[in-house]
Amino acid sequence: MRRRPTFLLSVLAFGFAFFYVPILSMVVYSFNASRLATVWGGFSTKWYGALFANKQVGEALLLSLKIAVVSSTIATILGTLAGIALVRFTKFRGRTLFSGLVTAPLIMPEVITGVSALIFFLLLASWIGWPVQRGFTTITLAHITFSMVFVTTIVQARLLQSDRAIEEAAMDLGSRPWQVLWDITLPVISPAILSGWLLAFTISLDDVVITSFTTGPGSTTLPLLIWSKVKLGVTPDINALATLMVLCVGIGVIIAGVVMNRAEARRLADERLAYRSQA
Amino acid sequence: MAEFLQIEGVSKSFGPFQAVRDVTLSVAQGEIFSLLGGSGCGKTTLLRMLAGFEEPTSGRIFLDGRDMAGVPPWSRPVHMMFQSYALFPHMTVEANIGYGLKHETLSKTQRAERVREMLDLVQLTPFAARKPHQISGGQRQRVALARALARQPKLLLLDEPLAALDKKLREHTQFELMSIQARTGVTFIVVTHDQEEAMTLSDRIAVMDRGQVQQIGSPTEIYEYPVNRFVASFIGSITSFEAEVMARDGGALRLKVPAFGGEVTTKDANFAPGSKVTLALRPEKLVITKERPSGNAVQGVVKDLAYFGKDSLYRITLASGALVQAHAVNQHRGTETQRVADWDDQVWLSFDPAAAIVLGA
Ligand SMILES: Nc1ncnc2c1ncn2[C@@H]1O[C@H](COP(=O)(O)OP(=O)(O)OP(=O)(O)O)[C@@H](O)[C@H]1O
Ligand SMILES: [Mg+2]
Repeated sequence: MRRRPTFLLSVLAFGFAFFYVPILSMVVYSFNASRLATVWGGFSTKWYGALFANKQVGEALLLSLKIAVVSSTIATILGTLAGIALVRFTKFRGRTLFSGLVTAPLIMPEVITGVSALIFFLLLASWIGWPVQRGFTTITLAHITFSMVFVTTIVQARLLQSDRAIEEAAMDLGSRPWQVLWDITLPVISPAILSGWLLAFTISLDDVVITSFTTGPGSTTLPLLIWSKVKLGVTPDINALATLMVLCVGIGVIIAGVVMNRAEARRLADERLAYRSQA
Repeated sequence: MAEFLQIEGVSKSFGPFQAVRDVTLSVAQGEIFSLLGGSGCGKTTLLRMLAGFEEPTSGRIFLDGRDMAGVPPWSRPVHMMFQSYALFPHMTVEANIGYGLKHETLSKTQRAERVREMLDLVQLTPFAARKPHQISGGQRQRVALARALARQPKLLLLDEPLAALDKKLREHTQFELMSIQARTGVTFIVVTHDQEEAMTLSDRIAVMDRGQVQQIGSPTEIYEYPVNRFVASFIGSITSFEAEVMARDGGALRLKVPAFGGEVTTKDANFAPGSKVTLALRPEKLVITKERPSGNAVQGVVKDLAYFGKDSLYRITLASGALVQAHAVNQHRGTETQRVADWDDQVWLSFDPAAAIVLGA
């Protein structure tokens, strides 16, 4: 006897609803003419206008982007090097300890990471007089330390499944180890490095917890701004801002999907070509 | 004159495990030398020591009179063709072949010229702009070969160069490899676990087992005069019997073979009377007849018969219960009635005294 998995289906539907209904209602209410976030007062795009006129939002967005670009780039460089060292130089002292240290921040509660970064900066300030004031630099440093481990993990996974023999082949053909790294290893793992960078970028862009511990007066990132505005009550311009962010993320996901589909289709076409032209 | 490549007492251990044990051999310039052995016998490890990826635990390697100890892979005049080909996936065929040339003092045009020559040699000119994943397995194999040859190494190491190809392509490529070797004059060391491949390609073969070299010799020497049971059974097939030396008379031995229920005469080796030996017979050296022939002969019943077209394999049970394999060429065209023997026929097996192999027990 077959039974419809009614229970499973309803759980699934409920789960989806739980995730998407709030986002959908946020989008709908961003076009609300009423001042009150919870009362529908007709269609209007005035909150978007208000948003673009708001200098504070623009500044926060710029700061967030600046921090995200700088921190994810530095995190990618350091994280990639750490990943390569962990996979390729298997026999250095303290390797096990080091690889444990790299993965620990992945499961560390963000509050702990944030507090410890704050305490560290305070101590530094009292020892060497720097940082006088927390802001862009301290936020960026904190973001680097915790997003780096994500890059390391991705690079490590990619390297573990890549063929060691191609590096040996390059060495065999006359290249010294650092040349092999530049000519062969880095180009081959470049997709992993790119996705590591993207991950670090998004993590930095939407971080609230660690940023709030390491920020100072005058340095408000976009997520911090939203957070502080919401504390004073949800206003429709927040809905508009969040809707724009959803739109950006959505477009990004769609572009990534299309690019990946294209690459896959090209690979298949290439393979067919190879077999047709078999000598 | 010293040999071109000399390996002296080389061993390699990974922790407590000895992958290569006390290997001593030498290879002449321009030779195709094969390392033949089963999986895990240390062939790749030996090759990697020649290429410089592993340092021998003990022993020394001389190339052209120069001690290779401590010389890193990038400064050895030795190139390797990897078992997996190890092509650079992000470079075109042309760039793959030209990669090693950037370490030579060549002008741009000289470099391009060399790459063109190599593409020509392996007949891949139309595919120069393709990436490795856009060409077939056989073409990849040729790119790997061209890349390893581009810097004109003194010694080329090939790790199972044909293992990834199908049977037809493999046979074709074997001859291609040989002709390329003849044209370039580079010394080849080829690792393989395929005995037919080793026999076809090589000037000389080293048969390895569990890290040790068992025998070094030409294909004929190894096939016809194996020095021990491992080599005899690894190369070609064989049926072996326990035997005891009864008498020795000049080059001839009288052997008592319990499985035959009698004595046979052979020509091999110098064993003293009374010593226990192994009598090994290759299937194609046995002659099947209905009538009793003179000389070494033993009677049996055809138990099984496999028809291969050009020849047939017979499995014959002796009176003692022992099973012997014998090949017979199908000289006559026709149906079953034309066969030398059929199922359940009583037959005689005979062999020439010089055709039998006698080995230490
Ligand atoms: N880096 C290593 N560490 C430990 N053991 C190793 C290492 N490399 C090889 N071995 C061991 O040494 C033995 C010989 O390995 P090798 O790769 O030389 O075999 P092979 O003759 O090339 O076999 P195959 O025909 O399967 O390629 C194997 O038992 C293998 O497990
Ligand atoms: Mg091997």
